[in-house]
Amino acid sequence: MAATLHVKVLSDLPIGCCATLAALDLPEAIQGQLLHLGFVPETRVLALRRAPAGDPTVYCVDGAEIALRRETAQFIAVTSVCKADREALR
Amino acid sequence: MSDCCDTGGTVTLAPPRSGKRGQTPGQTAAKISTVALVGPPNCGKSTLFNRLTGLRQKVANYPGVTVEQHFGRMGGVGRGDLVLIDLPGIHSLHTFSEDARVAVDVLHGNMPGTPAPDAVLLVLDALHLNRQLMLAAPVLALGLPTLVLLNMADLMEAQGGKIDVLALARELGAPVAMICATKGNGLDAIARFVNRLSGSPEALAAPVQLPVLQNVASCRQWANGVSARTNYKAPLSSLWTRRLDAVLLHKVGGPLIFLGVVIGVFQVVFAAGLPLSNWLDKILSQAGGALAGIFPAHWLQVLVRDGVWNGMQAVMIFLPQILLLFLVIGILEDSGYLARAALIADRVMRSIGLNGKAFIPLLSAYACAVPAIMATRTIENKRDRMATILVAPFMTCPARLPIYTLMIAAFIPDRHILGDLFGMRAAVMLGLYLLGFLAALGTARLLKSSVLKASAAPFILELPQYRWPTFRSMGLRLLDRGGVFVKQTGTVILAVTFVLWLLSIVPIHAGEMASLTGSVIGRLGHFIEPAIRPLGFNWKIGIGLLSSVVAREVIVGTLGTLYGADPATHSLGLQAALRHDLTLGGAMALVVFFAFAMQCTSTLAVVRRETNSWKWPAAQFLYMTGLAYIAALGTNQILLHLH
Repeated sequence: MAATLHVKVLSDLPIGCCATLAALDLPEAIQGQLLHLGFVPETRVLALRRAPAGDPTVYCVDGAEIALRRETAQFIAVTSVCKADREALR
Repeated sequence: MSDCCDTGGTVTLAPPRSGKRGQTPGQTAAKISTVALVGPPNCGKSTLFNRLTGLRQKVANYPGVTVEQHFGRMGGVGRGDLVLIDLPGIHSLHTFSEDARVAVDVLHGNMPGTPAPDAVLLVLDALHLNRQLMLAAPVLALGLPTLVLLNMADLMEAQGGKIDVLALARELGAPVAMICATKGNGLDAIARFVNRLSGSPEALAAPVQLPVLQNVASCRQWANGVSARTNYKAPLSSLWTRRLDAVLLHKVGGPLIFLGVVIGVFQVVFAAGLPLSNWLDKILSQAGGALAGIFPAHWLQVLVRDGVWNGMQAVMIFLPQILLLFLVIGILEDSGYLARAALIADRVMRSIGLNGKAFIPLLSAYACAVPAIMATRTIENKRDRMATILVAPFMTCPARLPIYTLMIAAFIPDRHILGDLFGMRAAVMLGLYLLGFLAALGTARLLKSSVLKASAAPFILELPQYRWPTFRSMGLRLLDRGGVFVKQTGTVILAVTFVLWLLSIVPIHAGEMASLTGSVIGRLGHFIEPAIRPLGFNWKIGIGLLSSVVAREVIVGTLGTLYGADPATHSLGLQAALRHDLTLGGAMALVVFFAFAMQCTSTLAVVRRETNSWKWPAAQFLYMTGLAYIAALGTNQILLHLH
């Protein structure tokens, strides 16, 4: 757990960990698109897996799986990072 | 937008106004004739559209934009008299994107040439209802009679999701139906909706007051509230999808499977499509000859065979490759693998300024740029799509091979380099493939750092659940794409082919057509000789270049005709004649020219069709031809000085 405490942005979230979305610091159009896809503050998000090349990363949010590049995910702030339970990962 | 925007003065005098929604019963009394199909991207809207319209649909472009417009008559629910308009997939009615602007204009009846809809079918994906509901508020607020369709209802229930449909209808103030567009379940609700609409007005649910929603966050909050009050339970994500992804996106296994799929796609289009095209070409040539034979006069025979039939043939021979490519891509897309492939390829494609979705189209361009450009539709980002369209013709397509093999066989000695492993001829051929690839790479970088700079368009990719593609949806897709190609691209190809043929036979003296050298094209070949002499080309090559604007492979036939008609070379074979007439520098300059130049009417026609303007194909033609000229000039001058 100690290792995950320093995580402040979505791109740093390790695979298999959950976090709560805090804020999106992106241009309005992108932010709107992400909000529509479920990246809403207060929502729990799970880092599901990385692409074989290490980027983009697939995130599980609101029942959907959405891949974001590091360059986008690094502007999404997260809090309350913790390991996901086994049921969520399967 | 608000219902309470009436000023104080009018409220006391006028009868109470209940805003736009209050007008609905009045509108429904009139007979409806146009229904709009609205929904977020990937909600299964197009599948439903195909279901409802069958094959009686029309595809065109909205004026001034690249967004495609689909019209159809609702024969699928027994209402062939109703027109159904398929709108582009949208998340909201905020006009951020071209798609949303088109959708808003059509819904408000402000789109020239498109009738204002008098009812709306709102399609929402039942698997992700929380976020899909966000579109419901602005669409219902339009005040048009609306039927809300929860698509993929069977999948939702199979995976443990549920919803109280009656409660949702009460919340939204609109009828709600559960459907499954791929299987055609629940479509009778649509039939009842459109039939009741044109009959009794009181059948509609009582209008409810919808909140005024200005921003995304409040829209979202409202959607969450609605789904909570209707006991919506999102389905668990499919166990199979997770398991398959563990393999297909595996660090080592994933890229290997991806490579296998890529080779498979290439094989299908190249190894299966090309022989089919050649076979069709042969059949059509014979048929053309037979058809021309029916006509009594010689000039009529030539007109039918060379002027019209050849153009038609040039269109038709692309069909096998187009249909095969769309079949393969359709299977990949409908099954859900295409999104995974884009995820795997993204890292590599990003290094050239494109995204992962551009990979499959660019790969297909090695077989033929025409279907590849049509396949760029899977790239949602308009700038990335445009960049992909513009670089695709640089990929070495088989139409370049006849001139490559001819020049290599004539000028490159059959010597081994690197021991017995590698021949010099193979090395030159490989170099030409590499040259096209590098040109595409450089052009993509140039475009993405200048005119097509991605300002606010990140790579956001949703990974759908894996599903079995259905035969019906595949078949409809193939008919749709094939029809668009033949009707809209084919006419341009036919026209250009006809004009170039005409230029190659005029002027007509005393009923005799001009010979190739004496025709307008032949004279143009002489005319441009000073411009192409620094490249090591003569006037015969000039005529070849002009005639091959139709298609690259035409040059070999033209050169054969020209050298055969020339008394100095007519006794030699074509290869020997070329060696007699050209230097090594000129020969290599010619193949380099062909590696870069846009010598393909079909590609230009399809680019015009896909970008909905002549501006892009014109710019592409000038850029590629300019690049080809400079590269050929450099090649000739370097080889001239080496010798």
